[in-house]
Parts: sequence; structure tokens; C-alpha cells
Amino acid sequence: MRAGMLFPAMVVLWSGLAFGQTEVVEFSNESLRPRYQQLIEELRCPKCQNQNLADSNSAIAVDLRLQIQSLLEQQNSNAEIKSYLAERYSDFILYRPLVDRRTLFLWVAPIFFMLFAATAMVLLLRRQRRISDDPGNDPQIVISDADQQRLAQLLNTRNDRR
Amino acid sequence: MSPRLALFVPLIVFVVVAPFLWLALDRDPNELPSARIGEPFPAFSLPSLKHPEKLLNTADMRGQVALVNVWATWCYACRIEHAMLNELALKGVKIIGLNYKDNRQEATRWLNQLGDPYAFSIFDAQGSLGLDLGVYGAPETYLLDAEGIVQYRRVGVLDQRSWQREFAERYQLLVSSDVD
Repeated sequence: MRAGMLFPAMVVLWSGLAFGQTEVVEFSNESLRPRYQQLIEELRCPKCQNQNLADSNSAIAVDLRLQIQSLLEQQNSNAEIKSYLAERYSDFILYRPLVDRRTLFLWVAPIFFMLFAATAMVLLLRRQRRISDDPGNDPQIVISDADQQRLAQLLNTRNDRR
Repeated sequence: MSPRLALFVPLIVFVVVAPFLWLALDRDPNELPSARIGEPFPAFSLPSLKHPEKLLNTADMRGQVALVNVWATWCYACRIEHAMLNELALKGVKIIGLNYKDNRQEATRWLNQLGDPYAFSIFDAQGSLGLDLGVYGAPETYLLDAEGIVQYRRVGVLDQRSWQREFAERYQLLVSSDVD
């Protein structure tokens, strides 16, 4: 890779690691930290909606991070913390939607589309093979003598003009 | 599928997708649904802004149809809507203030200068009630019925237009059903 390409590539690759959170988070038990990190990455900031809580520096995101920290310290499970926040800020805050009647389509649609694509591919491949196996579809093009003559004539006239 | 029919696939896809896109045009992605609609105002025990020794709680939220207005002196848009709140209070609409993550002195000065449209203001310095209510940006305005159930929420400035469009009818309906 040329040196000139390296910098833009680094910017693109590392930008995902730039978190907005600046405060130092202290835990009584270090085992809570990975759960904290996972939660603030999976929960959406209600104010700045295309950022998760980890990314955002808005006042509400800071408050919610503190709240998550204290809920973790109070021995709440991840599910309890998520439902605590969803109760107040609606399911909107969950980047990973719950599986229920409203979101079922969201969860099932990818499988459905994959099946659809796979079926279409199999059908297309089959058709293609059938066409190339058919001796009637000889890829060699046969041109009649009359056409051959006309072709030569056309090519000649072009050459003459040049 | 015949090749001729296959040509219509993009059109069919468009026809299916278009209504969703059309509906989304009118939708403000910044407006979150409140999770508290239809639920009682969350329980709290916080001091009054003007009378620090007086503790307020959910019982103070019941008894009359009321607006709950989340405000703060650091909130620029709150200044814009203040005149509208004064006007509504003058018309007899009960407005309860939720002074959100603010400074008591500055908040009191603000009310002295701009007028106080609030029946009382809850002083929520830590934003704990705000969090329970699902507040994510002042100003926010909630409509409570006489039983203290949250009926509607607007995020953003409450002006003449938004009052007419979103609140007036709901408010009148609640007031008339309260009288019955």
C-alpha cells in the first residue's frame, strides 16, 4: 500500500474506536466493566439518535451512563437495566430490538430474503445449465454465404473510404 | 416467469415501498414516542422551587387537568416558549413546572423577571424525576388528566401552533370529561 493511502485508511479503520465518553468510570468490581461497555454500546442516545450512549456526549447520555453504572453496582442484570430504560425512554432506546409481535418481521425478514435469493439463484443456474446443455443452442454462430459476402463488402467499403 | 413479466419487478417493488416512504416524509425522526403515555406520573418526592422546605409528590399532580412543563434557565428554547406559557396560565390552564437540572437562584430570578406561569415548580436538581419521566431534552410539555395519568407529550417549544394542533382539543376533552 502506498504511504499516501495509509493515512485515509487509518482514519476510516480507527474512527469507530473514537468514543465520546470522557469521564473515568470506577467500578467496585472490575467484572462489571465489560458489561457496562456492552450496554452503553447497545443502547441508543435519545437526544442524538444516530449515536449510542458510548459515543454521545450530550447531557442525557452522560446521565444515562451514570444511571447504568449505578444499576450495575446494584446487581441488576443486563435485561433488567434494558427494561428499566425502555420503560422510561420506550423501546426506541434499544439498538437490538426485542423479539415480539411488532418486531417479528424485522427479525424474520433477513432469513426470508436469504431463502428467496438462494431459490432464485438455484433456479437461474439450472436454467443456464439447461440452455448450455441443449445441442440446439450451439454457441458457434453460423453465417450464410450471402451474409458473409455482404459483410466482406461492407468492411471493404469502409477500408476504401479511409 | 417470462422475461417480459420480469421487467415489471422494479415497478412492483417501488409500488410496495412507496407508501412507507411517503408516510415517513411527514414524520419527525427527532420525536420519540413517550413510554409514559397512559401511565400515572412517576412517583417522586422533591422540593418546591420557591419553597425549598416544602416537599412535593404525586398527590400534588392530581385533582385537575394540568400541563407539566419541563424547563431550565440553561435551556434557550424555554425562553422562547415562556410567553406562551404565561398566556395559557392567564387563560386558566394549570401548568406545573418541572425545573430540570437547574440552579435554584437563577431559576427564581428567571421567574421573577419573565413572570411565573406555574402553579408550582418541582425542583429536580439531579434530573431524577426527569429520568423517570423519560425527559431527553427541555423544553418538554406533558398533558396530565385529573387522575395524574400522562395523556400526551410534546418535545420542543410549545407555541400557538403546536398548542392548537396538539393540545387544545385533547385538553378541552379532558376538562369536559372531568366536569362530568
